[in-house]
Formats: sequence, structure tokens, C-alpha cells
Amino acid sequence: MKSLGEIKSIIETALLVSQEPLNLHQLGKLFDEEVGAEILRKLLDELRHDWSGRGVELVSVAGGWRFQSRPEYQKYLDRLNPEKPPRYSRAVLETLAIIAYRQPVTRGDIEEVRGVAVSTQVIRMLEERGWIDAVGHREVPGRPALFATTRKFLDDLNLRSLNELPPLEELSVLDGSPGGTVGIEQHV
Amino acid sequence: MSRKTRHNGGLIMNTVAIETPSLAKVHGEQLMELPRDLYIPPDALEVFLDAFEGPLDLLLYLIRRQNLDVLNIPMAEVTRQYMAYVEVMRDRQLELAAEYLLMAALLIEIKSRMLLPRPVQAADEEQDPRAELVRRLLEYERMKLAGQRLDALQQAGRDFALVQVWLEQASEKRLPEVSRDDLRAALAAVVARARIHRHHHVSREELSVREHMSLILRRLQGLQFVEFSALFAVENGVAEVVVTFLAMLELARESLVEISQAEVFAPIYVKLASSGAES
Repeated sequence: MKSLGEIKSIIETALLVSQEPLNLHQLGKLFDEEVGAEILRKLLDELRHDWSGRGVELVSVAGGWRFQSRPEYQKYLDRLNPEKPPRYSRAVLETLAIIAYRQPVTRGDIEEVRGVAVSTQVIRMLEERGWIDAVGHREVPGRPALFATTRKFLDDLNLRSLNELPPLEELSVLDGSPGGTVGIEQHV
Repeated sequence: MSRKTRHNGGLIMNTVAIETPSLAKVHGEQLMELPRDLYIPPDALEVFLDAFEGPLDLLLYLIRRQNLDVLNIPMAEVTRQYMAYVEVMRDRQLELAAEYLLMAALLIEIKSRMLLPRPVQAADEEQDPRAELVRRLLEYERMKLAGQRLDALQQAGRDFALVQVWLEQASEKRLPEVSRDDLRAALAAVVARARIHRHHHVSREELSVREHMSLILRRLQGLQFVEFSALFAVENGVAEVVVTFLAMLELARESLVEISQAEVFAPIYVKLASSGAES
């Protein structure tokens, strides 16, 4: 029988070496003996505590637990790779938002909300990122694909479930403040 | 910050003849007139108009910029301003998407419907002609803000990096491992096969692979899937088992059945290829 300390070290090593987040079920399979979810959760909590104050932290996302660098160090890491990741255009972000909050939706649904045609390029970009995929078809003429967000989308945004998405704004009927929520800064 | 940029927007729009009370605030003082030496690049307007994601976005901007009540849009004024933009886009020969013209038509239609006198009794029941437009504007604005919030969330690869300790073994090709038990099982299989061979030669049982292919297909008909082992009639002898197995391989090769196993040592399932099963 392994000591809790050993089990903790094994979990830590597996998480550091794994390419994907590991969930409790996968962590449990590391051991011959039965290691209950309660114990795993407690050890993960200890590990997270052990790593506090370091440049790397242990976090829980939709796919399980993983180590990642703390955001405040990103600006230094960026210097290792001077090429800046491109930012998504508003068209991509709005399309993503509609899929995330209104899923499953067809292209037609997205066009209805945005008032403009959705380019294939935008959909493909999100698919290639692994953030959305077609989960079925709506049984109407043309059988359009229904899009939904993936677990990778949640993982990449540090979310455990769709419930953790920022809540939708209940928009005021009259936006009274002069520097209101929708200003010119979003346009230019 | 936002105040300044907002008025810069107003400044550009002066060229579209939309009056603003003041152009900007400089050191707390209202700036009412453009400085003479202010250079406005000729492309500024195009860039500005290009920044809109479509007619809903433009309309929303016109409404929010003036703090108008979305539930009570002054149609005449908003339509006039919207048309001014569309005119500018046309003058500058910007590629004017059909959606902008469609919205212009919609605005004019709503405006004209509002001019019609409404019967007093029916006034409450009759829907405001603007209702659908308002619903779409609000839903668009909600999604637009949601998109900005998604972008503000920390993103793997952009705002933090995933940590992975380099593991040399991970890049190495793993070769299969063989145990004593595997060898014994393999030998047993060879012996068994030799026995079938002899048996087959002696009695020349009529067991065609094709026939068994049909049998398997028939058995699978109308079923979601069948467990692999259930397809073998063990009581009919080793030869039949082998032929069934060959038939199954042949069916799989011709993509008539799908054989799947969720993980190592899990039960193997056989089902009809999906295209055939669904049509």
C-alpha cells in the first residue's frame, strides 16, 4: 500500500507529463489499488497549495486538472516567441459568442442575430481551433449543420462548464452613462 | 478615454453633417471648432465605416451614441442618419453589402407604418412596428458584448501557457511487448489452424466465406449492433468459426460492417455500416 505522499507524487508527475488535462477517473487508473475520488480531490487540493507562489499553477478545467503558467508571467514567456498570437476579429468573436450562448445553432441562426452573412472562413477558423464542431443537423430543407462548442473550448478558456461563461448582460433600455457600454472604441 | 474617442467619432461624422454639441474636451474645456491644422486622412471615413459589422451594428451605434431609448426609437431621426451613412458609402463607392440596403428598406417601412393612424381600441393589441427590430437589436448587442467578454477571458496560448515536462519516451515509437503467455496462445492458434486445415482437406465441408458474409449481414439486419463473439456458432466446429471470422474480415474490408472496440479488452461490437443502415 502506497503512502499518501507517494500517491501525491505520482499524481503530480502524471499531470506534469500529460499532454491533456487528467480527470479523477484517469488519475485513479494510475494505481493498482483503489484510490477514492475523495482522496484524489484532497491530494489535488494539497498539490495546488504546494504550487502556490510559483510561476506554474495547478488548475481544474472541463477536461480535468492540468498545470499551466500563471497569466502574470505571460509577458515574459512571449519574449521566447516574439510572434504575437493574432487576435480574433469581431466577426469571429460574435459568431463564437452566438454558438457558445445559443448552441446548438445553424449558420442561419447566426446570420439572423448578426444581420450579415457568416463567412465559411469564420466557421472554419473556429473548427480548426477545435472550439466548435457540428453536432448534428436540423431536419429542415438543406439539413444545415448544428454547431456547438467543444470541451477544448472550455479547457482553453479555463472553464469547467458552460455555466462558467460570463453571464449575458441584461441590457438596459436606456444607456444613461456617457461612457456607456457601447462606445466608439469598439468600432475604431 | 472613452469620452475622447467617442467624440473623435463625432468629429469624423461631421463630414456626414451630423451636428455634435462639442467636438472634444481639451483640458476640461469644450472644443467647439476643429483646429485649422487638424489633418483628417481621406481614408478615415472608409476605415470608420468599415469598422461596422453590418447594418444592426451601425444602427446600434447610432442609437447608443446619442443615448436614445432603444424601446422608443425615434424612427424619423434614426432613419435619416442611417440613410446618410448609406449615401456616403455609395458616394465613396464602398462595397455596399445588400444587408445595408435591406435594413434601409426595413427602416423606411417601419417609419411609414408608424405614420398610419391606429384605431384607438386596437392600439394596445396591435404590436409596435418597431418591436421586431428592437428585439433583434438587443439580441445582437447582447451577443456583441458576450463576444468581447469571451475575448477578455484568459486564453490558453495567449494569456497563459500549458505546462508539459518533456518526456523523451513520448516521442519514441513504442514496440509491442510479448510475454510468455502471448507466445503460448500464438502457438495454440497455429496448432488449431493446422488441425482445421487437415479437417478441411479431408471432409471438404462446403463453407463459403461469401455465404457466411450474407449470413452475418442478415443477422445484423435491424439490429443496432451485435457482440462479436455472439456471431460465432462454436457448436458447429472450428472450421465454421474460422470461416465466420474470414467473412467478418471481408465484410469489414468492403465497408459493409463496422467493427469497434471502445478500449483494450472491452467487448468488440459489430454493426452494419452506417450509410447502409440509415438509408
